[in-house]
Amino acid sequence: MSALNIIVTIKQVPDTAEVRIDPKTNSLMREGVPSIINPEDLHALEAALVLRDAQGGTVTVLSMGPPQARDALEEALCMGADRAILLSDRAFAGADTLITAFTLSRAIMKIGKYDLILAGRQAIDGDTAQVGPQIAGFLDLPQVTYAEGLEIEQDGSLIVQRGLEHETEWVQVKLPTLVTVTGRINHPRYPSLYNVGPACQDSGITVWTAKDLQLPQAMLGLGASPTTVRKIFAPDRTMKGEMIPGDEREMAAALIGKLKEMHVI
Amino acid sequence: MIQLVPEKCIGCKLCVKACLFGGIAVDGKTPRLTDSCTGCGACVDVCRVAAIVASGEKTGPVCDLAAYSGVWVIAELHEGELHSVTLELLGKARELADARGADVTAVLLGSGIAALDAELFSHGADRVFRADSPVLAQYRTAPYERVVAGLIAEHKPEIILIGATTLGRDLAPRLANRFRTGLTADCTGLEIGPDGGLLQTRPAFGGNIMATIATPNHRPQMATVRPGVMQAKSCAGKKGVAIPFAVSEEPGDGFVRILKTLAREKSAVSLEKAEVIVSGGRGMGDPKNFKLLAELAEMLSGEVGASRAAVDLGWLPHEHQVGQTGKTVKPRIYIACGISGAVQHLAGMQASDIIIAINRDPAAPIFQAATFGLVGDALKIVPELINQLNR
Repeated sequence: MSALNIIVTIKQVPDTAEVRIDPKTNSLMREGVPSIINPEDLHALEAALVLRDAQGGTVTVLSMGPPQARDALEEALCMGADRAILLSDRAFAGADTLITAFTLSRAIMKIGKYDLILAGRQAIDGDTAQVGPQIAGFLDLPQVTYAEGLEIEQDGSLIVQRGLEHETEWVQVKLPTLVTVTGRINHPRYPSLYNVGPACQDSGITVWTAKDLQLPQAMLGLGASPTTVRKIFAPDRTMKGEMIPGDEREMAAALIGKLKEMHVI
Repeated sequence: MIQLVPEKCIGCKLCVKACLFGGIAVDGKTPRLTDSCTGCGACVDVCRVAAIVASGEKTGPVCDLAAYSGVWVIAELHEGELHSVTLELLGKARELADARGADVTAVLLGSGIAALDAELFSHGADRVFRADSPVLAQYRTAPYERVVAGLIAEHKPEIILIGATTLGRDLAPRLANRFRTGLTADCTGLEIGPDGGLLQTRPAFGGNIMATIATPNHRPQMATVRPGVMQAKSCAGKKGVAIPFAVSEEPGDGFVRILKTLAREKSAVSLEKAEVIVSGGRGMGDPKNFKLLAELAEMLSGEVGASRAAVDLGWLPHEHQVGQTGKTVKPRIYIACGISGAVQHLAGMQASDIIIAINRDPAAPIFQAATFGLVGDALKIVPELINQLNR
């Protein structure tokens, strides 16, 4: 079986499980919230490393983000990725999923040779699950989403196990293809100095700007995005209900009384 | 686009606090935009000295917006029947179309599906495009994308709604990509705005905030919606026009070949349809305590739900999970026992009519969403409820 050149797209995201709303101002408290590699992208990277360790080949991680996204790429290199590329440019900022996918797809074309693109299903800040399929669209590649298992066959094709709502589905697809994975696929290894390859130093991260991708501003960032955010607001969290006092017996009695009054029981 | 008027800045940093993305920084009295600015304008709203200005729409329409009309629902099947999300989306589509003075079209792909037209009409469709072919018997990205994209290109709908199911989330981005248009995922609110455009509201940041999004210059405007969020409408007796057309297999259709499918074990659990859900979280302490919840649920003719924590601990299977990575439910009564009320859980049940929260911790966020809050041990309160309801 032949070596695989795999590209993994990753995103650095705030750890939304740690994000809190300030109850006084009803706004997001971002200070001190750590930035992490999007969890499902970690699973994608792990899947890529497993395939490479078995078949030979290279794993290139690609991320679009502000300069601080270098930290995510360094972590990826320390998990064992061979090469890391950061797309960073003010011109990229504010892109919606379509334009983010467009920008990433142009970088993938610049990378050139690849057999497989792996991505997490969705990011925990945007939660859209759109960028993966849209990259596949721009590159005119077949896609397989919701992957819970990946295997390379003798003939070089990929068997993907998909976790759908009511069933598990196995599909076969020739390479090159794009696959998005969910957390069920594996347990990512920890980044470790022992995984360090020659690329695992700051200088191992290549940075590309809009100029490197030969893309004009008109096709990038906020300005080119078809969707636009009109308003952001905190979900209404003011308590409109009532606390029921008393000991267990009294609370139960009061609750049942109220529900009967409301004719729901 | 956000523009700064630095001379006016007084260094109060209200803009920095208002920004959710770290998109603006203030050094002393010098403001500057960072790479993370998304142009949402939250800073504009809070600046009291007009040092921040929104400079209007960035560009104009990229196509003739007036050439697009109609609200479409891409229908989905489940075991040969229309998926509940399709009926729910038709209800919302009807509302949007009425606001636009337009028609509702259902696009139905599958095999052996002719009998489903009537149900589409009786839930609000004026027209059905029906592609009935063995090529479409099982969902595959390539033929579905090809067929639906062909219809969109020919008939130019203004709005397209798709269920945010595994099928919808696989298909919708490819369609949006084909037409280089905007797609908003997991919308919880959809309405026509004052300029006639679709306002798409959805949770973001793991449900910590809500965002209202528009697609002002591109068509069609596309949105996906999860099952259980919108309401189906009954238009009993309504008639419509069905337009069937043939589909044959094309070379690209077979790139991804389905080898086999294995149905998940038939779930006895139907949380989305339950009128009452009694749900347990980490605070239940031990999986055997869920028997109490099952007993209470049965007395109220309801179902048992679980938070992600309980499912991750292996106490209940995933099909009981309510929340952002589980099911979205809106029962008449939702009783949350030993559930703290993390945002991701609330996202899945906050539309319930009556929310009863039982938790030992008076500061648990679940109480903010509750209609009735009981501070105490669920392991003592639930048996009391069972006891008293038995009388």
